[in-house]
Amino acid sequence: MDLQTLSFLVVGATFVLYIGIAIWARAGSTSEFYVAGKGVPPVLNGMATAADWMSAASFISMAGLIAFLGFTGGAYLMGWTGGYVLMALLLAPYLRKFGKFTVPEFIGDRFYSKTARIVAVISLLVISITYVIGQMRGVGIAFSNILEMDLTIGLLSGMVVVFIYAVFGGMKGITYTQIAQYVIMIFAYTVPAVFISLTLTGHVFPQIGLGSTLVGEDTQLLQALDKTLMDLGFAAYTSVTGMSLLNMFLLTLALMIGTAGLPHVIIRFFTVPRVRDARKSAGWALVFIGILYTTAPAVGAMAMYNFINTVQPGPIGDPQGNVVIEERPDWMLRWERTGLLRWEDKNEDGRLQYYNDRNTEFAEMAREEWGWEGSEFTRIDRDIMVLANPQIAGLPNWVIALVAAGGIAAALSTAAGLLLAISSSISHDLLKGVFMPKISEKRELMAGRIAMAFAILLAGYLGLNPPGFAAEVVALAFGLAAASLFPVLMMGIFMKKMNREGAIVGMLVGLGSTLLYIFLFKGWFFLPGTNMFPDTAEYWLFGINPTGFGVIGAILNFIAAFLVMKITKAPPEHIQHLVEDVRVPRVSTSS
Amino acid sequence: MTQEESRAAYWKANLRLLAILLTIWFVVSFGFGILLAQPLNAFSIGGYPLGFWFAQQGAIYTFIALIFIYAWRMNVLDRKFDVHED
Repeated sequence: MDLQTLSFLVVGATFVLYIGIAIWARAGSTSEFYVAGKGVPPVLNGMATAADWMSAASFISMAGLIAFLGFTGGAYLMGWTGGYVLMALLLAPYLRKFGKFTVPEFIGDRFYSKTARIVAVISLLVISITYVIGQMRGVGIAFSNILEMDLTIGLLSGMVVVFIYAVFGGMKGITYTQIAQYVIMIFAYTVPAVFISLTLTGHVFPQIGLGSTLVGEDTQLLQALDKTLMDLGFAAYTSVTGMSLLNMFLLTLALMIGTAGLPHVIIRFFTVPRVRDARKSAGWALVFIGILYTTAPAVGAMAMYNFINTVQPGPIGDPQGNVVIEERPDWMLRWERTGLLRWEDKNEDGRLQYYNDRNTEFAEMAREEWGWEGSEFTRIDRDIMVLANPQIAGLPNWVIALVAAGGIAAALSTAAGLLLAISSSISHDLLKGVFMPKISEKRELMAGRIAMAFAILLAGYLGLNPPGFAAEVVALAFGLAAASLFPVLMMGIFMKKMNREGAIVGMLVGLGSTLLYIFLFKGWFFLPGTNMFPDTAEYWLFGINPTGFGVIGAILNFIAAFLVMKITKAPPEHIQHLVEDVRVPRVSTSS
Repeated sequence: MTQEESRAAYWKANLRLLAILLTIWFVVSFGFGILLAQPLNAFSIGGYPLGFWFAQQGAIYTFIALIFIYAWRMNVLDRKFDVHED
């Protein structure tokens, strides 16, 4: 069977599965629609959280980012996992104890203010919509590049499937679909990694393979990679390269705090029955996430190693050492068609060279000694590292079809979680909380479904007209979550005296400063050409990258909130009691 | 102990546990995985340079362990202060 037919069958089968689950898990009440009736067991909730959390960026882009960053790519690995420690220790159990439906609802009640609730809704919408754009682009990439299908048709079919299970099933439908999506995603990610690890190192577990010697040699894989990269004028894989230690530090911290502040992940902890389940569930979520996140660095390093060895099979500098253009492998041809891979035979020797031509000393030497006229790969999109991996390793077609289904599962599961966060903040926080407090449950449920349908249409539109680069857009959503929501949630629990005025000013300062800094370098509302400064290190404030600025925004949020709290009235007595109640799982019976 | 004192003691014990766990969280990721990674690369673990291992593997394993230790210790605290759920 050819690859395309096979891919259609595999992806089609997963869609049928999702719709089947949707029919089985219909939501009948607002509690089921918003928080799956608070009845999801902790291990299953952990799995659903993992799927909710691991997006197209984790599945498609992350290993490619790491492949080209090397050691500093650890910022993404640690940043996107370390946030769970913050969430489990500082937020999840308390928010579960509070026992409501949405994040803005907690902020509104804790800070006894509709204004605070509305500001939280705005932050949530900015974060979730920014984030959903990346997911829709991920669905598009999976359809157009792996299935070689028209992006519009692919995106529309994805939207129809999400529509069916998210609109009818709400959180309940989404949760059980996410469990299925996790299984598909993790299988699709690890199968090629295991095959590649076995081929290169003879170890089944990629986590062990990455630290091992190459098959039939005494050299460590990482040492071989370091040496080859340095011989080609690059920095060693395990050295600090690609970003400064300061930016690695800030980016890691911004991603961690941002993860802990992402509303669509936080609401997952509202779905478990008890406070202790919320604590344990966060641990299980990280176990399931960790399986992919500890595999990703192996995928990245091994893909890089395979890529270089494909281009440079012989000794470096030998006129016969590089791959002959006419004999280049099929996967290159395939990815050239998508435009994600491009080359140009600059020195017209009929072979392809890949090296660091920005290293002037090395480029000079290569020109004089070997007649190399510049690195001949004019474009290597980082996203193809995961998508082309099974083909580079020569794996069978069903594995390639599986990777397509996995990428789509990753994007759809996260999109669904985000869409729920968006629609619940509109129907529950804005409509019921602010504008129509007397709305009946039945009508609120209907409003939630309508809001969900509109959110899907908006996401689809943004997916067809994406404003930016997938991974970058996602990183910005984290900066915003770190700067706006995380600080007020934490202060709401840990500072009994934090008041309404402090929280509102803090959120506005955090959100405003981070948005401003991002817009200055990335363009107003991400419109190309409207940036005030070039997005390069010389122009950044203290050398801080806009993607790492969320940390500064969070600090400004804390400081502003604290200062305003000092000069305004303390929160009323009943609010201070509410905070005390949130801090304990159950009121003690003995006195 | 009055209920108020008991609550205060429970919260204090909770904060102490948080301080210990978050210190480990910080040292392993930002210390071993970032700031001290290059000097640590002189050592190796399972074939990995040590600093690189912390940044791309070890930190994640530590995070998982931290959350389960937290869940376990908090359950113990809940029982000790009689605030546990059924």
